[in-house]
Amino acid sequence: MISNRRKLYVWTVRILMVLATALTGLLTLFLVGYVLLRGIPNITWELLSTSPSYLADRVGILPDILNTIYIIIATLVIVLPLGVGAAVYLTEYASNRRLVGIIEYAAEALSGIPSIIYGLVGMLLFSNNMGTSLMAGALTLVIMNLPVIMRNTQESLKTVPQAYREGAFGLGAGKWRVIRTVVMPGCVDGVVTGCILSVGRILGESAALLFTAGFAHVANGLWEGLHSAGATLTVALYVYAKEQGEFEVAFAIAAILLALSLLINLSATMVTKKYQRRNQ
Amino acid sequence: MKPIITAKDLCLWYGQSQALKNIDIAIPEQSITALIGPSGCGKSTFLKTLNRMNDLIPGVKITGTVEYNGQSIFDQDVNLLRKEVGMVFQKPNPFPMSIYDNVAYGPRTHGIRDRKRLDEIVERSLRDAAIWDEVKDRLKKNALGLSGGQQQRLCIARALAVQPRVLLMDEPTSALDPISTLKIEELAAKLKDKYTIVIVTHNMQQALRISDHTAFFLLGELVEYGDTDQIFTNPADQRTNDYVTGRFG
Repeated sequence: MISNRRKLYVWTVRILMVLATALTGLLTLFLVGYVLLRGIPNITWELLSTSPSYLADRVGILPDILNTIYIIIATLVIVLPLGVGAAVYLTEYASNRRLVGIIEYAAEALSGIPSIIYGLVGMLLFSNNMGTSLMAGALTLVIMNLPVIMRNTQESLKTVPQAYREGAFGLGAGKWRVIRTVVMPGCVDGVVTGCILSVGRILGESAALLFTAGFAHVANGLWEGLHSAGATLTVALYVYAKEQGEFEVAFAIAAILLALSLLINLSATMVTKKYQRRNQ
Repeated sequence: MKPIITAKDLCLWYGQSQALKNIDIAIPEQSITALIGPSGCGKSTFLKTLNRMNDLIPGVKITGTVEYNGQSIFDQDVNLLRKEVGMVFQKPNPFPMSIYDNVAYGPRTHGIRDRKRLDEIVERSLRDAAIWDEVKDRLKKNALGLSGGQQQRLCIARALAVQPRVLLMDEPTSALDPISTLKIEELAAKLKDKYTIVIVTHNMQQALRISDHTAFFLLGELVEYGDTDQIFTNPADQRTNDYVTGRFG
């Protein structure tokens, strides 16, 4: 027989746990629902396809969308060769295991630093030399995302079976040929996952970009855009809500960002799943 | 018969522990030499020394000489050495690419790009490895879809495609079922007309069935080396006798 006291205890704990679960679920649902409900009605074609103009009394987020795309492109173009190159070197070439351990640890630590610190450093390093610009922002994001790309690539390099390398070496292939033809194809998934996660971080980043890339809303071409100041969607969200009180626009942007984040998480999960299946 | 590989006073250390002690051996051309002995006796280590696969392991130190074709293997270009002295591993390890690309990997590595020549090499190698009829209709399919035994014969074909003179086999049938094992053994017997084969095996019946010469290793030493019949019927060393009659190992 279980004593009544014990029964009461078990039931209390169970109810508390159900409440905690419900609260977590409801909060998420409320947040997503609230943003979408307030945001979606404000998303119009005009908002998406025009620049803001005081003369026409119009708010448009086209420049912010373009800026976001530019900064993602610039960051990935720079960070991919650096991150993948570093990962290949550390995993395939480096012989000093202790040094590799230290670098890996540093990379992990780097991803835990508050992004505003990257912003401060980026401002002093890049913006002060090349002016506040998307390029300065992109370079700051490169530093932030280097560990993401590097670690993801490294982890997936480690899953390439040693037997593949031995097989290729056994046929008289040189080190670089083995890496290029047998090892690299096996780590594409890791690189893709790293890229998706990086895009997510770039989309969500505000603090580091406030310092380095600025707030301008001017639609430019890629090259010109990179060399002038500009707000990404996330920064624009801050500017519209906090400085201009344009809450309709802010919520429209929030809804767009939310949808994009969900999409990114989904694709990251899909890539990871596909790649786990293949490794079984 | 003329020896193709000779080792003299070969010693090998993994860090502090000595895995091979003063090995002297001469492996004759176009024959099958079996390396037998209990686990950890150094037979696989010795095999991997012959095409310098031990170079990949950090902390390995080697003294003494190993000659292939009359020249020290440590003075030869390692990639060319491995082209001449090919290897088949314990677990089948086809690359995750098509059957065709697996076999063409070696020739492509050594600079053959011509499509027609590659086609010829792939067909010849797969025929030599007795797997052509099973895969000729699905050369473009992924090699990982083959059965274990087929994968191992594909790996043999892949090794043959670079036209080696010596084929090192590291327990090539230990991961396979009896029928696949038999096929690999038949294949080995056929291949010795063209190639020199050195095979590590745990299976003494296998050594007896296919090899011409047998080397018995124990605790890093080469205890006895001679004709297979002599090793199994009339060993000179008591330890060899105990091992081949199944008293330990």
